[in-house]
Amino acid sequence: MSETSPKPNDYESAATGASATVAEFEHHGGFLTRIQHTLHQNPALVPLIVLVLSVILFAVLIGSNFFSPFALTLILQQVAIVGITAAAQSLVILTAGIDLSVGAIMVFSSVIMGQFTFRYGLPAEISIIIGLAAGTLMGFINGVLVSVMRLPPFIVTLGTWQIFLAANYLYSANETIRAQDIAEQAAALQFFGNSFKIGGAVFTYGVVLMLVLVAVLAYALKQTAWGRHVYAVGDDAEAAELSGVQTKKVLISVYALSGLICALAGWVLIGRIGSVSPTSGQLANIEAITAVVIGGISLFGGRGSIVGSLFGALIVGVFSLGLRMAGTDPQWTYLLIGLLIIGAVAVDQWIRKVSV
Amino acid sequence: MDQKGVSLMEPILQGKKLVKRYGRVTALDHCDFELYPGEILAVIGDNGAGKSTLIKAVSGAVIPDEGEVRLEGKQVHFSSPLDAREHGIETVYQQLAMSPALSIADNMFMGRELRKPGFMGKYFFQLDRKEMERIAREKLNDLGLMTIQNINQAVETLSGGQRQGVAVARAAAFGSKVIILDEPTAALGVKESRKVLELIQDVRSRGIPIVLISHNMPHVFEVADRIHIHRLGKRLCVIKPQDHTMNDAVALMTGAKEPDFESAA
Repeated sequence: MSETSPKPNDYESAATGASATVAEFEHHGGFLTRIQHTLHQNPALVPLIVLVLSVILFAVLIGSNFFSPFALTLILQQVAIVGITAAAQSLVILTAGIDLSVGAIMVFSSVIMGQFTFRYGLPAEISIIIGLAAGTLMGFINGVLVSVMRLPPFIVTLGTWQIFLAANYLYSANETIRAQDIAEQAAALQFFGNSFKIGGAVFTYGVVLMLVLVAVLAYALKQTAWGRHVYAVGDDAEAAELSGVQTKKVLISVYALSGLICALAGWVLIGRIGSVSPTSGQLANIEAITAVVIGGISLFGGRGSIVGSLFGALIVGVFSLGLRMAGTDPQWTYLLIGLLIIGAVAVDQWIRKVSV
Repeated sequence: MDQKGVSLMEPILQGKKLVKRYGRVTALDHCDFELYPGEILAVIGDNGAGKSTLIKAVSGAVIPDEGEVRLEGKQVHFSSPLDAREHGIETVYQQLAMSPALSIADNMFMGRELRKPGFMGKYFFQLDRKEMERIAREKLNDLGLMTIQNINQAVETLSGGQRQGVAVARAAAFGSKVIILDEPTAALGVKESRKVLELIQDVRSRGIPIVLISHNMPHVFEVADRIHIHRLGKRLCVIKPQDHTMNDAVALMTGAKEPDFESAA
């Protein structure tokens, strides 16, 4: 502490000659810096570019078999379930969490829809509502454990993943409900498997649901206070709390909504495979996280866009179908997807440097 | 402002015999606190003296075990910082409480967003971005933060001083009754500190009283109207900067000297 200066300003007089501006923004740096900045502003841009490039690549390699309305919409059909669960996963990851139970919630919800119809004889529509409610409840449980009990999301959902999956097997007694029975007695369960054609393009209702869902969530995240709060919680939960965001409510709403979306995915799953099987959707977790990461959403939370996750899911779909049509060993798909994941995270880190 | 008249006015924010214990540690020991309208009250004290507990108690972040908090003469019970904020008390925390990836406008309206009037706002909860941006820009301009060009740039692209400026502007924009600043210049350079001090004086000139917690004696002596010296969990005394030297203040705060004048609490 200075003990000799009665006037507090004295030590600052040395700075009077200096320019009075505080931290002007210098726009030096070249092309690369500007790209970095643009990507920072538009996080869905990288996956979009990769998606377009991969479509072009396979169009050149395979030709019109691949680059046809039929094949391209086939990709959409194949990624519908991944796309929907990835939307749920995106919400959770934006809050700097992770939901390892998305696949388990999806399968358990679909089993509940099926069993309530066939075991208890409820109308399929009622069973579907019960299934959706059950998914929401499972997500809500995750949310309470994460926000109120303050347990790490990874651990919570690692636990509930096992719990929901085991409950799913126990409850269903490992029984599959046959597609034929569902088609005859409870067609509503297979609703999202229905399709319509526009020229050569085939769209299932599941695809439409995925697109509508992503659009609605993109709007909610960008245009509503709730969406801004989701980002704020993921960015810095403590800061969000201090600036007046009710972080617990936001977290619970995110996990519960994720559960609801997974249950919707469960309904779509019945439409996709026809039957209700407790053993389906085993890879849904990993596929959803893969899509989110390739889609450019930061696992550290608070950054990225849900549209990116859709692109991420589509990229995986393009590679899967493209490589299969090219007649390569399916392992090449996994190898390339692994490379994409690491590439995506590397790009994410590079973009984040803009903020330093 | 008229220093003589201060004691005749009713304090806008007051703590009476506040007690807060953490286990066997008594952080606040029947502490009194008064903030008068229109003044800058600095709160100084050595580390561990309990000044942050005092500030937390009057801003809702800590609920005192005993004693009462009065706002404009009426007793209040804040359950959370949000609650205190709804009563018009804004706190700027040392860590600033901002979301780095979100824009300046988003941050300024965090937790109190404006919705579009009419159909889209009512049924689709759509935010009124234009209005929020307009107000945010206006508030920043009011406080002379003209260097911030783009209200939509992410807070993480701002310098430390600019972030502090945004945080103070946010508090000034919404803090209708009291603004509490916790170490606003601690992390800043010389020039940035100067800007923030100017900002503080600017806010006072609008008639909003400020509580300033700081370790920086030159800054405290420059802007404060009165200085609340905190020691061992209570108010030791309140001094006026023009009557005392920084040496006195430091001596009182550390216990090297006992208050022997009429301003002793």
